[in-house]
Amino acid sequence: MKDNCICVLMVCCVCNTPLHGLDFFVFLCFSDVNSNSVAQKIYVEVNNTVPCVRLLNATHQIGCQSSISGDTGVIHVLESEADLEWPLTKGPNPPYMILLESHLFTRSIMMKIKKESSRIAGVTVVVPNTSPSEFSPHTTCPNENTGVYSDTYGPHLAHCNTTVWNPLGNGLSYEEFDFPVFSLKEDKQCYYDHNRVVNGSAPQYPLCAMQLFSHMFAVTDTATCMRRNDVINFSINPEMVCDPLGDFNVWGSIRPYNRSQLGHRDNESVVMAAARLDSRAFFWDVSTGAEGSISGFVTLLAAAHALRDVTQVAPPTHNILFAFFQGEAFDYIGSSRMVYDMQNGKFVIDLDNVHSLLEIGQVKRLVDNFQSSATGANFSLVEPGVSQPLPPSSLQRFLRAQNIPGIVLADHRAAFNNKYYESYYDNADNLNLRYPPNMTAEEQLEFLTDTAMALTEVATVVARALYKQAGGDGTQVDNIKADSKTVTQMLFGFLVQANNSWFQALIPPELKDMLSDPPDFYVGVASSSPAKAKPLTRLVQFLLANLTGTATNLTQDQCQKPDDLPDESVQMYSYLWVQGTVPHNGTEKGPFCVRASVRLSQALSPAFDLGEYASRNYSTWTESRWKFIKARIFLVASRDLEMLTLGVGVAVLFSSLLVTYFISTKADVLFSSAREPASAAY
Amino acid sequence: MTAAVFFGCTFIAFGPAISLFLFTIARDPLRVIFLIAGAFFWLCSLLLSSLVWFITVQISNKDSSSQQKGLLIFGVVLSVLLQETFRFGYYKLLKKANEGLLMLSSEETMPISIQQLAYVSGLGFGFMSGAFSVVNILADSVGPGTIGIHGDSQHYFLSSAFMTMAIILLHMFWGVVFFDACEKQLWWSLAVVVSSHLLVSCLTFQNPQYVGSLVPTYIIMFLMGLWAFVCAGGSLRNLKFCLTCKDKDFLLAHHRPR
Repeated sequence: MKDNCICVLMVCCVCNTPLHGLDFFVFLCFSDVNSNSVAQKIYVEVNNTVPCVRLLNATHQIGCQSSISGDTGVIHVLESEADLEWPLTKGPNPPYMILLESHLFTRSIMMKIKKESSRIAGVTVVVPNTSPSEFSPHTTCPNENTGVYSDTYGPHLAHCNTTVWNPLGNGLSYEEFDFPVFSLKEDKQCYYDHNRVVNGSAPQYPLCAMQLFSHMFAVTDTATCMRRNDVINFSINPEMVCDPLGDFNVWGSIRPYNRSQLGHRDNESVVMAAARLDSRAFFWDVSTGAEGSISGFVTLLAAAHALRDVTQVAPPTHNILFAFFQGEAFDYIGSSRMVYDMQNGKFVIDLDNVHSLLEIGQVKRLVDNFQSSATGANFSLVEPGVSQPLPPSSLQRFLRAQNIPGIVLADHRAAFNNKYYESYYDNADNLNLRYPPNMTAEEQLEFLTDTAMALTEVATVVARALYKQAGGDGTQVDNIKADSKTVTQMLFGFLVQANNSWFQALIPPELKDMLSDPPDFYVGVASSSPAKAKPLTRLVQFLLANLTGTATNLTQDQCQKPDDLPDESVQMYSYLWVQGTVPHNGTEKGPFCVRASVRLSQALSPAFDLGEYASRNYSTWTESRWKFIKARIFLVASRDLEMLTLGVGVAVLFSSLLVTYFISTKADVLFSSAREPASAAY
Repeated sequence: MTAAVFFGCTFIAFGPAISLFLFTIARDPLRVIFLIAGAFFWLCSLLLSSLVWFITVQISNKDSSSQQKGLLIFGVVLSVLLQETFRFGYYKLLKKANEGLLMLSSEETMPISIQQLAYVSGLGFGFMSGAFSVVNILADSVGPGTIGIHGDSQHYFLSSAFMTMAIILLHMFWGVVFFDACEKQLWWSLAVVVSSHLLVSCLTFQNPQYVGSLVPTYIIMFLMGLWAFVCAGGSLRNLKFCLTCKDKDFLLAHHRPR
């Protein structure tokens, strides 16, 4: 970190206390960090800022950008849409920084601001406490260009010509703004003190202003930024400008596969079950996707858990492979990569080995009005007619490559039931996750919510369907039941508090810091090694391993190197050392080694491996890099006062130059009395 | 507050000092050397007072604000006394150096008189003191914000700049009077210089009532300026000659052949 300290006095750093005006002789030390008390008197740093960042794909750049030295604007709190007139046209002190309440964060207001952006320095949205009635910043037709429907295949179904999946979508996430947009906690005190507009007259200087820094390095599109990335190999100071989005897919199977044998397997027919892991929001890194993705993959995890025992007792004819895809929100990064790997013999099976695929989409409302006393399934599955296209799902990527029988399980016939698709509000409240008041976190972890019971029902149905599809013994089907306790613990962990005792028991002791709150489901930039996968992905990996694998008696050293033992093989299984529960009262279970056929496979779009950065077939999403992101509030003075200061300074300089010139030329005369005695000495 | 304020305050604070340097000191390398040496002596006094300050702050009770305030006053007084002590030390050093220079040089008269040394050393003290006072404030004035969000006065930058200008000029005047008093063994003059320095420093405890600190400081500056003018050989008669442009006749009339 650069250190601007001009601490000439090495020992000291007594900072300047202007309160007593000791400024002019007390030693001072000013550095970048917060020891400079003059800066502390001017600026108030805003904590917990959430920016909107720039993302690029083959053709566009979306998101927000600030100028390299930050954008400063006089704060204006917007009261209604009509109030936009003040900052956009009437206000006398441009540029303005508009502060929006979350209910005013709509497409029409943002588009109006975008049009007049010369007078607008930026927009800040106040973090809301309650959700609006509906809000989805995603497009109306998610992933429309990378699905199975195109102009050549089912054109009447492509581009949402038949069914608009997300009718509430306002597309804000996919717009480009050339000013910064931040999400901050509410802080209007400064505005009320200085900037209020009283009876249409302009407020007096000094005014309260805010400065936002979120300068993004990448521009134009992915091909441009990847080209610029390559150029830096020849420069002394390499600085990348963007990174591809991606992460790792989690997959596991009932019967293990030897991971050194890739490509087609003879006489192998696998039933696949898929769900998506990720979601996104308008602002960076704050997405949850409770209804959009969590409901799906939690159900699949519970189904996998339900199948563990029965598949050991009565193994089905076909193998069952569970796949959890990352990056599906961005043109199917994970599933397109898996299909690509299957096509090119880089995965343990081939597309010809896939018997059928069952995908779990948004399933929250499959069980409305759950009755706790009923035992049977409380919902019926309806198949829409063939005129109905498939919703955006990973199955579409498989169908693009090969005709595979598949099912997408969802709670909506046509348009989504989810009112907050890919938005910040798709959280625990949207899933109606309610806990009785006055419960500790541990009690809430164990409490069986209605939502959990509902999803357990769905998981049971899914597990039974998978077993039957895989040719399992019909008599065993009724024994398959998903565990509602597991489901409710998973829902609590993913939506309320990840750092709970159950999750801690499932992961290695050294990864405890991974469980940070609040959990975040944005796919993020790709990393090269599985050890650096996103916490969510690793959590799902450990969950799947614990729920479908077996506990072994191996010691920690044996768990690291199981090949030394005759019965274990690291090619067939993965061995994970987990914390285990620490029960009270004596019986120390302690850490143990889990053996599971669960692996991570890279979820990076094939476009980046192939170098086709302008590809139309694969996802080309990248995220720009930036230096720092921060916001600060301060007062600004009027331009007149600043010019006056400059004028006074220049006047002082010139007059002192004149006077000094006068004195120095007449110095002999002016100071002659001192020499007179000397010259008078004879 | 942006570049306009930055340049305005820099010119206010350092305008007179820069013009004095340009017109009277820059041409003569010997004066430049003594100016920098003077600045260095001031810096040494600052080092010493900061050492003492640092130690006392470390051993004091950081939570008690009255103790901290008392410590601040102690620090101010100590620093002023140390500065004046170092000024005296510099005077002694210059006397010795002058004898040495005289022995080395081939001319008969001293290359630089003690009055000029007084002026140059005072200005050196002033430069360094002004730099330490105001540079960090100027650095923060470049940014887009101005003081005030926590309720402080808005005129902070401007009054700091004016105060710095006064301090630089005051150091110069104090230097002249101090050396003159040392030459003529007038100890009461010395005491007045030291006490006026103490007074000006303590006046700053009035901030943020800037009127209360700036106005008396400027009054003291004018008074010291007059005194320094007289010590340096000026008089009302000389001033009248200059202003009415009769200086050339004066020089001709008083020119003594060697």
